[in-house]
Amino acid sequence: MMIFIWAFIIGGLICVIGQIMFDVFKLTPAHTLTALVVAGAVVSGLGWYEPLVNFAGAGATVPITSFGNSLVHGAMAEAQVHGLIGVITGMFEVTSSGISAAIVFGVIGAILFKPKG
Amino acid sequence: MADKKKKNLPPEAQKYQAFQQQREIKRPVIKNCLKAFLVGGIICCIGQAISTFYITFFDFTEKTAGNPTTATLIFLTMLVTGFGFYDHIAQFAGAGTAVPVTGFGNAVIASAIEHRTEGFILGVGTNMLKLAGPVIVYGVFSAFIVALIKTILLQWGGL
Repeated sequence: MMIFIWAFIIGGLICVIGQIMFDVFKLTPAHTLTALVVAGAVVSGLGWYEPLVNFAGAGATVPITSFGNSLVHGAMAEAQVHGLIGVITGMFEVTSSGISAAIVFGVIGAILFKPKG
Repeated sequence: MADKKKKNLPPEAQKYQAFQQQREIKRPVIKNCLKAFLVGGIICCIGQAISTFYITFFDFTEKTAGNPTTATLIFLTMLVTGFGFYDHIAQFAGAGTAVPVTGFGNAVIASAIEHRTEGFILGVGTNMLKLAGPVIVYGVFSAFIVALIKTILLQWGGL
């Protein structure tokens, strides 16, 4: 049960960081999301993302920062087996679900729904 | 606006800009942050509920449950976007709906639905990743750099 509370708090805080980037630094959503993904990749490289996931569960895996984290994870897992070449080949190993789900459901959505005015 | 840019403008435009800045509505930063915190937290709790479901009823561990959870959340986003509710929630929550993976899903799905009148190849296909593109591009690029540095350090740095 504790994990729900931590998921709420950590997930909420990451969203607040995004909101501050919107409002205080006047960044566009695209800039904000890009910055958060890059931040996720860097934090993951430093090895700090994994403990956060263990601690906050979905609070750390649902925000877009986890996209950068899983890209680095996939690349590192493959790099341990194949060396430097693995960095390229393993990149999408862990992240594939988010991108493929977005594309698949995007096409299904476009078939099912009509644009609203 | 940066001062450098301002100097190149004619005086009338500078005057206008000062006027416009004065009249600009101040954004209620703290209120927006609270809304973002609340809605973002709720979305993450829904995510946690979904991954708990996958861990309990299917063969997923806490580490692997993230992937099906992401896919499920994007599926839910498709329904909410398709029925036209996502915009209303996003209007209220700001970054609270943009930062979780649902925002990424919404960016892809909304542009797919919006451009279907232009045809499925040139409309849906080309425009789908327009908004989500930068996230993927710079996510991959930065992950590449980070993983490269880390691999080099691990292999030759003896870390």
